[in-house]
Amino acid sequence: MSSCRLDLDFRLVRGGFDLAISETLTLDGVTVLFGPNGSGKSMTLRTIAGLESGAKGIVRFDDTDWLRSDTDTFVPAHQRPVAHVFQDARLFSHLDVSGNLGFAQRRAKGDGPEVSRNDVVEVFDIAHLLQRTPHGLSGGERQRVAMARALLTRPRLVLMDEPLSALDVQRRAQALNFIEQIPERFKVPVIYVTHQIDEVVRLANQLVLIAGGRIEASGRSADLMSRLDLPPFTGRFEAGSIIEAEVKKHNSEFALTELEIAEGVAVEVPFLDFPVGEVVRLRVRARDVSIAVTKPEGVSLRNVLPANVEEVQPEADTAFAEVRLSVAGQAVRARISRASAHELKLEPGKSVHAMVKATALDRRLLTRR
Amino acid sequence: MTAEVFDAIWLTAQLATISVVLLLILATPIAWWLAFTRSRMKIPVEALTTLPLVLPPTVLGFYLLILLGPAGWLGSWWVSLTGETLTFSFTGLVVASMIHSLPFVVQPMRQAFQDMGTGPLEDAATLGAGPLDRFFSVGLPQAKRGIVTASVLGFAHVLGEFGVVLMVGGNIPGRTKVVSIAIYESVETLDYATAHMLSAGLLLLSFAVLVGVFAVNRSIPMKVGQ
Repeated sequence: MSSCRLDLDFRLVRGGFDLAISETLTLDGVTVLFGPNGSGKSMTLRTIAGLESGAKGIVRFDDTDWLRSDTDTFVPAHQRPVAHVFQDARLFSHLDVSGNLGFAQRRAKGDGPEVSRNDVVEVFDIAHLLQRTPHGLSGGERQRVAMARALLTRPRLVLMDEPLSALDVQRRAQALNFIEQIPERFKVPVIYVTHQIDEVVRLANQLVLIAGGRIEASGRSADLMSRLDLPPFTGRFEAGSIIEAEVKKHNSEFALTELEIAEGVAVEVPFLDFPVGEVVRLRVRARDVSIAVTKPEGVSLRNVLPANVEEVQPEADTAFAEVRLSVAGQAVRARISRASAHELKLEPGKSVHAMVKATALDRRLLTRR
Repeated sequence: MTAEVFDAIWLTAQLATISVVLLLILATPIAWWLAFTRSRMKIPVEALTTLPLVLPPTVLGFYLLILLGPAGWLGSWWVSLTGETLTFSFTGLVVASMIHSLPFVVQPMRQAFQDMGTGPLEDAATLGAGPLDRFFSVGLPQAKRGIVTASVLGFAHVLGEFGVVLMVGGNIPGRTKVVSIAIYESVETLDYATAHMLSAGLLLLSFAVLVGVFAVNRSIPMKVGQ
């Protein structure tokens, strides 16, 4: 896989929004730009693609200046070896799928690795769609064609702007399989914009967190994961934490899989088709975790984990409090009512039991590391 | 059918065809510019290209007569170039028809370009298409419907014009006497049979053309979610 450097140091002011990005990224595999809606992710991507003529500053790819305001250098979009997959999979409606691929192939602008039509048709499984018009395609099919078409330009960098946002849950999972293959199969790095945590967990090798038009942090995704679940990146309702666990054993009678978080600390989740020994990431939403001070008996919840209270943080103006727990050294957040926190006398250092709803451990929130 | 009536019909057909072809070439870049520019000149240019729509044809015809006449700057330039006057000539009629029908050709195309939006153009740019390439390989085909509408409206409008043609072209059989003027003349001379024939012909032709346009527009599928 080829790795390359992208120097960004630019400012773009539009419609009262001020985007100022200053970062050097080493692109390798999938780099996810993550942030809430309106944080400037798409504008950043468009600036890299050369679609924002108002950006001032520097955009440099390896040793080539794509934008350099002080020397009036601006390489227009059609000359940058960059492919862009848009949120709405903009296929040309006046051409059929084959014509759309041909459009890109004839104009292949990049000097990236050779990509043949047969390759993309096979990888994205679109052979049966070639004679169809874009109108007749489903959202997922459209995105696959858009990705195939983008790669035919032989790009040295692929940009994807929330390509899955128009798809339902099942199609998203399918499309993720295709996206995951791109860096290795086509030897090209990907910058991927999203505000969906599960996509980050699934795809990111590197992570860049953006909020309010500024980069908050960037680095290896594993190092940054724990910050993902904090506002402003997630609303309170979706907030949670990510823990790592190892597949311990499968229980076929009850269709359960046991995941071990640490020696002797395990959770059960609905059956997972992962081999024993595999390490997975597990996202636990704070609202799916409750707290007991004594070990509960006779409850339907199966996942009761010994935990220590690390911090209790009442949310201003609401009935809720966020409790940060440590389960075998890994951070788990719980969102309970302030009244409960008060009655249970929760305070840092107290030993409690964290109860996690097994059904809440959505398959989507699981991924191989 | 007298030779003079036949001449009028043939002349009208030539005038409408030539005017529309030239108009498409002239109006497409204007429509493109109006659809995508952020220039301050947009509003004045928009007003100027729409002006022929609201002006009484006689007013437009009067100014064109002055502009195209041997003393006018365009007319005198033409005289020095070709030795012929623009007024009371077929060429003058073409120029007048183009100006008079400009809004009918610019507006539908501009609307079509606007409906297309910048999305497909940005898409084409990221796929490696330069500005001219984008115009020809994406802009024009995407605006097909608007171009068809523009051509037909322009054609029909040239067929139907009267005031401007009369002011600029006069009524010279075989040179500037078009169908609409022939109808007027027939009525003036109480030749109702010819007036009926020409009027009914124009009516049927216009109806057929419009039916054709609506049918074509329907067969190009509506754009959904693109």
